Amino acid sequence: MTVTEDMNSQAGAERQDTQVPRQPAPADPSRVALKTSRRDFLKSGGMLSLSSLMGTAALMTESDDAQAAIEWAEHFQKNYRLMTPEEKAEARARLERRYSEEYGKKVTVDTTEAQPGVLMGYALNIRKCIGCRRCVHACVAENNQSRGRNRPGEKIEWIQVLRMERGKFEAEKMNHGYPEGLGIQVGGNAYTPVGQVLEGQYHYTPDLVPEKDATYMPIACMQCEKPPCVKVCPVRTTYREPDGVVVIDYNWCIGCRMCMGACPYWARRLNVTNPVLPKEEMNPVTHYLGNRPRMRGVVEKCHWCLQRTRHGRYPACVEACPVGARKFGNLLDPNSEVSLILARKNVFRLKAELNTFPKFFYFYD
Amino acid sequence: MLIRFISDYVRYVLKGGSKFYTWMGILGVFILGMLYVFYLQNTDGLIVTGMTSQIHEGLYFANLVFLVGVAAGAVTIVFPAYGYHHEGMHKVAVLGEMLAITAVIMVMMFVFAHMGRPDRLWHMIPPWGIYSFSSMLGWDVMVLTGYLFLNFVCGFYYLWCKYTGNPINYKWFLPVVWVAIVWALSIHTVTAFLISTMPARPMWHHSMMPIRFITTAFAAGPALIILAFLIIRNNTRFWIDDSVIKLLTTIVTWCLGIAIFLTLSEVVVELYARTEHANGLYYLMFGLHGLTRLVPWFWSSVVLMVGAFILFLIPRFRNDFKLLVIPCVMSFAGIWIEKGMGLIVPGFIPTPIGEVTEYYPTFVEWLMTLGIWAFGFFILTILLKGAIGILLGEVKYGGKPATAGYGAQAAAAK
Repeated sequence: MTVTEDMNSQAGAERQDTQVPRQPAPADPSRVALKTSRRDFLKSGGMLSLSSLMGTAALMTESDDAQAAIEWAEHFQKNYRLMTPEEKAEARARLERRYSEEYGKKVTVDTTEAQPGVLMGYALNIRKCIGCRRCVHACVAENNQSRGRNRPGEKIEWIQVLRMERGKFEAEKMNHGYPEGLGIQVGGNAYTPVGQVLEGQYHYTPDLVPEKDATYMPIACMQCEKPPCVKVCPVRTTYREPDGVVVIDYNWCIGCRMCMGACPYWARRLNVTNPVLPKEEMNPVTHYLGNRPRMRGVVEKCHWCLQRTRHGRYPACVEACPVGARKFGNLLDPNSEVSLILARKNVFRLKAELNTFPKFFYFYD
Repeated sequence: MLIRFISDYVRYVLKGGSKFYTWMGILGVFILGMLYVFYLQNTDGLIVTGMTSQIHEGLYFANLVFLVGVAAGAVTIVFPAYGYHHEGMHKVAVLGEMLAITAVIMVMMFVFAHMGRPDRLWHMIPPWGIYSFSSMLGWDVMVLTGYLFLNFVCGFYYLWCKYTGNPINYKWFLPVVWVAIVWALSIHTVTAFLISTMPARPMWHHSMMPIRFITTAFAAGPALIILAFLIIRNNTRFWIDDSVIKLLTTIVTWCLGIAIFLTLSEVVVELYARTEHANGLYYLMFGLHGLTRLVPWFWSSVVLMVGAFILFLIPRFRNDFKLLVIPCVMSFAGIWIEKGMGLIVPGFIPTPIGEVTEYYPTFVEWLMTLGIWAFGFFILTILLKGAIGILLGEVKYGGKPATAGYGAQAAAAK
């Protein structure tokens, strides 16, 4: 992938300085809307009547003036894909302002589009993975995931490194057939199967990795070519970008969780509550469709670090992997690392029978 | 005239004995509780529920699916009335429509409770939002809204004609009724597609789902209707023919029978070979990895459904309208469990990555569910009471404002 200049972000920064006044915006939503245009105002009026009372109440509870005004404007903004460039710039400036205030540092919200001629791909050497979970921690730090510890559900990790016991044949289990004691021979069960994961088992903390009796299987969003999550979304908030990454417009997600049900890789997470994101740990370099802070009640997922990869960098997990098991690159470039791996190594995709065609490939030497 | 209709209707409904007000008051308390937990959910987030990223559809979704069935079940009255010109059914068809309206409203409330961001629901509604034709949820919303509209039109047009004494214009009324009848099947079919079109959830991924949904719906819906009719019969002057209840009993019996048969086929197919895809069902029936939370639910549902079926087959129960209540309650409860704890929750266990985890509905969820059911009974009481008043002729255009009649007590006794 080539490094391109971030034209959009510069333009956006200028716009923010010139157009958005520094003083707090009025709390009255209609006045905020009026500032944009009459048409928008009428539109928001219509939406206002449609949106539920409950939502209004929920928004009004946090009536921190400027904050509330911005949230109102956010509430009535369009689906990201339908926004004009001006509206995108507006939305972006709005977000940058709100996040900067909220987290007490200069936050940028990148809106760089997909580059032509790029189809992102990922490859993972399943033999090399040692199960250290550094990718998980790097991902959490990079992508502003919720990291609460007090209540279950506050902690969100996009990558799972499944730790699986190695299967083995045992003499004493040779006759453990089913059904037992009936004299029907349907096969013994001397083999202990692998692949069962009990709740939270991927949060293991070993003293030393790799563990002798375990194998590891890292998974995350597979960025399917034919993503089931996109098909089931009733508001088209999740979609596949031209460079192959499946993204979510967090501001448009209604939290119906159909996508979570449809995903065969369990790659999506629900923000069951306001994400716990300490100010000092927040990563201020964000992308609109990527790692910007999420809100309560929306679904989020891995997006291959759009804020990095669209500027020619590697995703955080690739950078963090100490054994180089993770590879990333442009599938359309025959000389990229991933293309070379696909051409030369033994490659498989997860749950190929479901025809989701992941762009996440596992390989081994 | 329309204003007069509404005011007469409301005035009739408002009048009632202490029994009526106690009933509505109790429901009101639950509704207030529901509003409180809804507020909690929308300030604190879904963390107050037992739903997690693993099991992200729980009690709300289960009730939603079940109630879609109840709504569809109303067609078991409307269809014999208009399709077979069943005299008794014809007289009470409008009550079935009222039940359908109530059930759909409850479904919509469960949708609201289920959403992570209910304030953004307008995103689904064009022209402000986007309607996605590829999404089953989009279709579900569409058919449900349509069904609500159709039943509202059919039901209230009929009542309106009774109220004013005008003859019904069958030229457009009958086609609409027929559309509503077919539409009733569509709502539960789409709900079935909603979950059965997910290969990621092997427990749901089979084509038997829509027919199983329809059969259970036509068992649970009419079971509730029979109960309502028995109450109305015993407490008001509004007489419901024996033939109506007998026909409904027949429908419940055989739909229940088919539902049991379909469940049995599924169990055999899944468990004979016992592939990995049967883990969900296996967890439901026997537990998996020592986790057995849903096992009692499943077997209680089996006992209730099979027991109800057997009782229905015994003429003494079928024909004695006092004893009939027992199998009706049993089948209603059995199917409620089957749809909720027996279908929605185990669909997520184990998760697609094989994670075995359990779901515990929290107090918030129970209170919300109870509140929405209370709200449903609240609306149902109002709708049925008004409709009965009109059918009895107690509410009539030009007539005196009705006094508290038997209609009021009917509702109160519920």
